[in-house]
Amino acid sequence: MKYLYYPGCSLESQAKAYDLSLRAVFKLLGEELLEIQDWNCCGATAYMSVKETVAFSISARNLAIAESMGGEVVAPCSSCFTILNKTNRYLKEEPALRSLVNQALQSGGLEYKGGVVIRHPLDVLVNDVGVEVIKMHTQRDLAGLKIAPYYGCQLVRPERGFDDREFPTTMDDLFSELGGKIVYFPVKVRCCGGMLMSTFNEVGLKLTKEILECAQENQADVIVTTCPMCHFNLEAYQKQINRKFGTNFQTPIWYFTQLLGWTLGASDEELGLKYNFINLPKEKLGRALEAV
Amino acid sequence: MAHTSRALEISQPGVLPRSERELRDSFLSQLEIIPGGDKIKACIQCGTCTGSCPVSYAMDLSPRAVMAHFRAGDIETILRSRTIWVCASCYACTTRCPSGIKITEVLYALKRIAIDEGIFPSRFPVYHLSEQFVKMVNRYGRNYEMGLMLRFNLMTGLKRFWQMVPLGWKLFTHGRLAFKPVRIQGLEQIRKIISQAQTASIPVRREIPEFVSPVGYGVSSEAEAKVAVAGGGR
Repeated sequence: MKYLYYPGCSLESQAKAYDLSLRAVFKLLGEELLEIQDWNCCGATAYMSVKETVAFSISARNLAIAESMGGEVVAPCSSCFTILNKTNRYLKEEPALRSLVNQALQSGGLEYKGGVVIRHPLDVLVNDVGVEVIKMHTQRDLAGLKIAPYYGCQLVRPERGFDDREFPTTMDDLFSELGGKIVYFPVKVRCCGGMLMSTFNEVGLKLTKEILECAQENQADVIVTTCPMCHFNLEAYQKQINRKFGTNFQTPIWYFTQLLGWTLGASDEELGLKYNFINLPKEKLGRALEAV
Repeated sequence: MAHTSRALEISQPGVLPRSERELRDSFLSQLEIIPGGDKIKACIQCGTCTGSCPVSYAMDLSPRAVMAHFRAGDIETILRSRTIWVCASCYACTTRCPSGIKITEVLYALKRIAIDEGIFPSRFPVYHLSEQFVKMVNRYGRNYEMGLMLRFNLMTGLKRFWQMVPLGWKLFTHGRLAFKPVRIQGLEQIRKIISQAQTASIPVRREIPEFVSPVGYGVSSEAEAKVAVAGGGR
């Protein structure tokens, strides 16, 4: 299966580690990942909430290009994933909107027929490649590393996708198969606050604090994320949260592809570990598997 | 308060003042492009949305109250509320609504109307963030994070700007700041697409959905207004 990669803007700057580790994981598992030619911003929540028709049109430019390339789209950022899926669904279900968007696309020499499928890499890796195949490729064992898998909002909502909207378990199953210990983590789909961290800072800090608190209470060594926005809020604001609430969080936050890539034997450079703010001690990270 | 003065404007039961009717019409036509947007009629006021919302504590009108104000013919109060700006788009309410109302999308629609009507304080963070984001994307085709945060923080106050400095430094020392925006090659193409899309308006596919509520504020056309007045006179 050929996968068309839609990195999204964050993965080019702030979330480089997600981009690097995702590419490393696909390469190590022998899956082809082809970047969508000259992709543009998906529109994100900010554009979508202001100018909807325009937002749908720029979002659809990506879908039109992907359609001409052929293959399923892999979108690692939860926000891009939701927005591209929403565009796809609305264009399918609302013929009036579809013809308007296609008129706009035609002025740029493009057309979208509606035949693209948008997937999240977690879904592709677990449900297409499969845990059994991943296990055949593993070089290291997570050996009891205590993991809090955090899914966030827009990976599992609003529509029912590849996992449950209230209690997803895809990452739990994946990492427990790889030797990790999944801690009790009932806030796994609670909102991190998203852009509220910039707009209503106090509200954002409180939401993120509750997630960090739950991980700490349950003695997680690491929180694993699937979204650059969640990752940023959980990682970069720990100092501010500690100052504001008198807490002492120092919790490492990893992308799920970093942890998965680590078990597959990827190097620190390939996983972009130097970009993480908070170090996860190597002795906690399990051990190399003996060659059988 | 806007709410009290507006209540005085309603001289006869069942008749909406002109401005309210206009707001209502533009809101209902926004709902047209949401698949299943007319489900808003089916709200049973159970409050599941408010109970599921992680930020309802910071709202002045709860999501349930937003639905109630819509039914009562009082969209202006909703547009003047903090609620539409505080929503973090987590979709918890949408997922759980037993009537299948896409509450997050409804709030987006209300936010778009508030922006069109210019109802928000100056230097308002949510508006400026969206505005700067749109500018970045129109200029480069992709978002340029550093440029966005710089402009956003400068526009909404120096205090916010200085607060961001330590975090910016940390991102810089960890190699996570991009200093140059990435321009897509198809900039010309995307600009054509945007300008064409801007001229488009969604044609109203069907009549504005009628809304029948116990207090008789479900007015959707002149004719029905007259009926409602006649009925309300009893």
